[in-house]
Amino acid sequence: MTLAPEKSEVEVPEGHVKLVIDGFEVVAPKGELLIRTAERLGIVVPRFCDHPLLEPAGACRQCLVEVEMGGRPMPKPQASCTMTVADGMVVKTQLTSPVADKAQQGVMELLLINHPLDCPICDKGGECPLQNQALKHGRSDSRFHEHKRTFPKPLPISTQVLLDRERCVLCQRCTRFSAQIAGDPFIELLERGSQQQIGVAEGKPFQSYFSGNTIQICPVGALTSAAYRFRARPFDLISTPSVCEHCSSGCAERTDWRRGKVQRKLAGDDPEVNEEWICDKGRFAFRYATAGDRFTRPLVRDAESGELRETSWTEALQVAATGLAAARDAKGVGVLTGGRLTVEDAYAYAKFARVALKTNDVDFRARAHSAEELEFLTSTVLGTTPDNGGVTFTAIEAAPAVLCVAFEPEEEAPIVFLRLRKAARKKTKVFHLGQYTSPAVEKTFGTLLACVPGGEPAALNALEEHAADVTEALRGSGSVILVGERAAEVPGLFSAVARLAASTGAKVAWIPRRAGERGALEVGAVPNLLPGGRLVSDAAARSEVENAWGLVAGTLPTRAGRDTNGILVAAASGALDALVVAGVDPFDLPDPGLAQRALEFAGFVVSLELRPSAATAHADVVLPIAPAVEKSGSYLNWEGRRRDFGTTLEGTGALPDCRVLDTLAVEMDADLFTQTPAAAAADLDRLGSNVAEASAPTVSAPLLVQPTAGQAVLATWRRMLDNGSLQDEEPNLAGTARPVVAKVSAATAVHLGLDLGADITVSTERGSVTLPVEVADLPDGVVWLPGNSGPVTVRRNLVAGHGSLVAVAVSDGPSAEKSASDRGGNA
Amino acid sequence: MVDSLTPVLTKRWLSPRSWTIKTYEQLEGYTALRKALGAHPDQIIQQCKDSGLRGRGGAGFPTGMKWGFIPQGDGKPHYLVINADEGEPGTCKDIPLMMADPHSLIEGIIITSYAIRANFAAIYVRGEALHCIRRLDGAVKEAYAAGYLGKDILGSGFDLDVVVHAGAGAYICGEETALLDSLEGKRGQPRLKPPFPATAGLYASPTVVNNVETIASVPFIVNGGSDWFRTMGRERSPGPKIYSLSGHVTRPGQYEAPMGTTLRELLELAGGMKDGIPLKFWTPGGSSTPLFTADHLDVPLDFEGAAEAGSMLGTTALQIFNETVSVPWAVMKWTEFYKHESCGKCTPCREGTYWLVQILQRMVAGNGTASDIDTLLDVCDNILGRSFCALGDGAVSPITSGIKYFKDEFLALCDKNSAVLAGAH
Repeated sequence: MTLAPEKSEVEVPEGHVKLVIDGFEVVAPKGELLIRTAERLGIVVPRFCDHPLLEPAGACRQCLVEVEMGGRPMPKPQASCTMTVADGMVVKTQLTSPVADKAQQGVMELLLINHPLDCPICDKGGECPLQNQALKHGRSDSRFHEHKRTFPKPLPISTQVLLDRERCVLCQRCTRFSAQIAGDPFIELLERGSQQQIGVAEGKPFQSYFSGNTIQICPVGALTSAAYRFRARPFDLISTPSVCEHCSSGCAERTDWRRGKVQRKLAGDDPEVNEEWICDKGRFAFRYATAGDRFTRPLVRDAESGELRETSWTEALQVAATGLAAARDAKGVGVLTGGRLTVEDAYAYAKFARVALKTNDVDFRARAHSAEELEFLTSTVLGTTPDNGGVTFTAIEAAPAVLCVAFEPEEEAPIVFLRLRKAARKKTKVFHLGQYTSPAVEKTFGTLLACVPGGEPAALNALEEHAADVTEALRGSGSVILVGERAAEVPGLFSAVARLAASTGAKVAWIPRRAGERGALEVGAVPNLLPGGRLVSDAAARSEVENAWGLVAGTLPTRAGRDTNGILVAAASGALDALVVAGVDPFDLPDPGLAQRALEFAGFVVSLELRPSAATAHADVVLPIAPAVEKSGSYLNWEGRRRDFGTTLEGTGALPDCRVLDTLAVEMDADLFTQTPAAAAADLDRLGSNVAEASAPTVSAPLLVQPTAGQAVLATWRRMLDNGSLQDEEPNLAGTARPVVAKVSAATAVHLGLDLGADITVSTERGSVTLPVEVADLPDGVVWLPGNSGPVTVRRNLVAGHGSLVAVAVSDGPSAEKSASDRGGNA
Repeated sequence: MVDSLTPVLTKRWLSPRSWTIKTYEQLEGYTALRKALGAHPDQIIQQCKDSGLRGRGGAGFPTGMKWGFIPQGDGKPHYLVINADEGEPGTCKDIPLMMADPHSLIEGIIITSYAIRANFAAIYVRGEALHCIRRLDGAVKEAYAAGYLGKDILGSGFDLDVVVHAGAGAYICGEETALLDSLEGKRGQPRLKPPFPATAGLYASPTVVNNVETIASVPFIVNGGSDWFRTMGRERSPGPKIYSLSGHVTRPGQYEAPMGTTLRELLELAGGMKDGIPLKFWTPGGSSTPLFTADHLDVPLDFEGAAEAGSMLGTTALQIFNETVSVPWAVMKWTEFYKHESCGKCTPCREGTYWLVQILQRMVAGNGTASDIDTLLDVCDNILGRSFCALGDGAVSPITSGIKYFKDEFLALCDKNSAVLAGAH
């Protein structure tokens, strides 16, 4: 018998409907898919093709349920992943409907007839939706006695991703992810019927920066990574939540490890930040931390042999403390922290500089930088967070218009790129002030505002006049301007950005390329700021800090210190006696020669490093520090959002920078109270923030230098996958990097007399590179080079940067065959 | 007895050079167009609704209603797409129609496009029918030259371009949304509905997809009126219909007759069973419609009649088999077709047809068991109504109906085998 239904008391808000699922009355927003509504009730309908971040497909048919509309049952079971809720709908899932249950069991049996059932040797075994759901919703035994379809396997669809077509259930999650989310439709369904399979076009492998996500969302073991394949079983792994250490997005990750070794990284689920995606660098580039050349013990330079030798922490810290104290008391010490520190470690450097070294000569910017940039960061970026109206990922998604200035989202902050693309697929207009229609411009359906490198400020200043639609769009409430690290190479650009923001009301966000830059700024690892956004020049702010740090009033230096360039010039010219260097690669700097001279001429160099770097050769003391995975801490992502993470690998003995500095400071009779990241964070919290008011820079752009015959203006930025040292030891990942080519406009190619397939030589007085060239829609007279890819290392080879004048010519030698047969020619 | 057998759709087929515009015009061709262009588009839609014309592609959806779904004044381009991807086994009506009388289709296209306010129409023709594509191309060229296509047709101010598009050999592209994807240059697989083509069809714009025979009927309705059209056929399935008779009949071919004509009547027209060997089984509307037997000779072949007797009218493709044919063998051959043509998008059809074929092949080879019959029926049950599109439903029709009427034949194949398959467990 049925009980008379009680009068429903459930109120249905505007834009919602009421329906019944398995006897439970439920209110759902219009447009919600049945499978989601059921899930909110705790009823899990099995599924394969369904993914909440992908458009519905209805392909696998695993999620069939019975549906009644207006009292009439629908004749066929319906796919709950494609049907949306409706008022008065009555839904019966496998829990209450024998029809739905049989339909699901039937589909499951069909999915398994051609599946190899090789779970014992499959990477996915133990965490496999097919395995789990087959056990829950499938028959215990198969009635299939015929022949299974077979394919040769595995099929490498890139150097990183391997495809096992026999395991594939053709749910199309991977192809839909690539087409919809990443915009990289390198993989597609081929053939039909039972021969249908995922594949790539001939000669066009799966070269997507986001390919690893397809492995993670594959509901079977069809997609595996070369890096992880056959390395571990999921049930043997320990999963630790973590935060990506690469770019400034601060993606949530899950690090899976066992026996002290990281086996893989997966995307964590953080709807506010990375949703469920990460880039391939974040996923695969972690083996640098276990490279054979990693420092495990401190080194000091032996006075007699002049070589570095391993020693005890005690001796190393004593030598370092003595050397630094002497230098401090003489002409002083400069601190170069690099851009990859955690907030806690950067704070320790900032405090170490002020307290132990009594200097403001500290700068995190191991890259091109300017005073204008620091003014901009101080006035516009400092202190912004999601809580006080700063730009966020979700703000980008909701923005009516986004202007990217000197920022390559896909290369520099891939998750920002995914959000931009998601926004653009809905309604956001995206503009890119850059040099050519890069893949990111295309994939964000963007409009390119092309200019000559260095011409960006002029372009922004003339925007109202020449592209009124852009300024109009930027006036829309919630519009956003994103500016990247390359802006520091263009004098006047930060000023122009600030002006444009002021005139349109658009919000500005600065998206640096490295994970630690935003945090370092906030904690005062810059020459003009103390922790918490306090100006060095502000006496009240200084005394706040002195008070909190327990220093005698007036201890803190009152004048802003030297920036990275100033520190290097001073060290090279003998105006500084010592350097403390953490994670700085001279070849990232505008003038690597200067950096090397500085390291060479500085009387005393302390290097805090993971692995040998250019600083090692000149270091008097090398102090090994822990990689991200062996310490806790937090990054401040570009939004200003704090991204805390705990220690993944405990007990390795590796020490975080803050601990090393704390002990070093003790040797120098100073207390940092940064023994642990937690202590450092607490110390920083006690200090609190007191963000300085500062005015935006008003630097005017210099006149552009015109290239003469045989010259071009260099446009350059770094790619996501390049020679970066954090990508070391991962050749499979490197194989998916984009080809190393130069780019020029068609007219420039003609002007230079470039034939199709010819190589181009780009040179400066300092050096030259020769590489293949492609035609792109660059302004005439401009040549683009990847910043640090393969043999093309713009800083090292050419000592040039974005906006530099370079000589360009058709290569007159270098192809291997030619130089062999034509040796001694007039090359 | 029956209504008059005076042909309508096929009346020009035997005229000399019937496919030329000259012959067509001599035989009332393009008179309906002139009439239609003088009327308001909504009047044409209403007339089509009044005529009761139902889609001739198999599903029998009311044509006028379909046209009426196209939102008017929406500012989007509208499209008419002709489904000429005739691929259902046994079906042979659209290609002969397009070969013999292509202008009737083109005139229907112009009238329909005018009615739904489309300025572009595409004819998606099965790629294998190269002869037909050539003929349509020629006819479209003639129509352009005569001013029936292009800008300002017959001074009406109405513009229409028609493109003949060759498919690439996939049965699934006869499914209207797969056809639209294929026409857009994508992989031909059925789309998720909603949105339906009437709101988001070709290039996400409102689109009518109609069968060749449906649209070729339109000029006759415009000229003859809806009441005249309703004098043929039956109340809910009015009008003339082309029945394709194939197999063991004396004179196989296309026979035009009013809707509701029975196989008994059609066999009379076709000279009876070949060599007098008695009828054993037949399909009323192609292999996707459940089989009939000799007991169904008097089933009126219209949408209702076929459905009431447990099958479907489909494309009125009557494949006729005499007593010499093994039902399991025929069912196996059909299933091989569906396995070959399954697009692969959804699990039930892709995997189910793969499995069914192997069971049937094993049974026909004499290695079946009685439990295989249960498995066949259960797998069919797991495909029917569970697949993404109707292809999966069609694939199981021959098997379930074959076992329903001829289970003994399937059992006979298993006689020498034990109930349990050796090595099965």
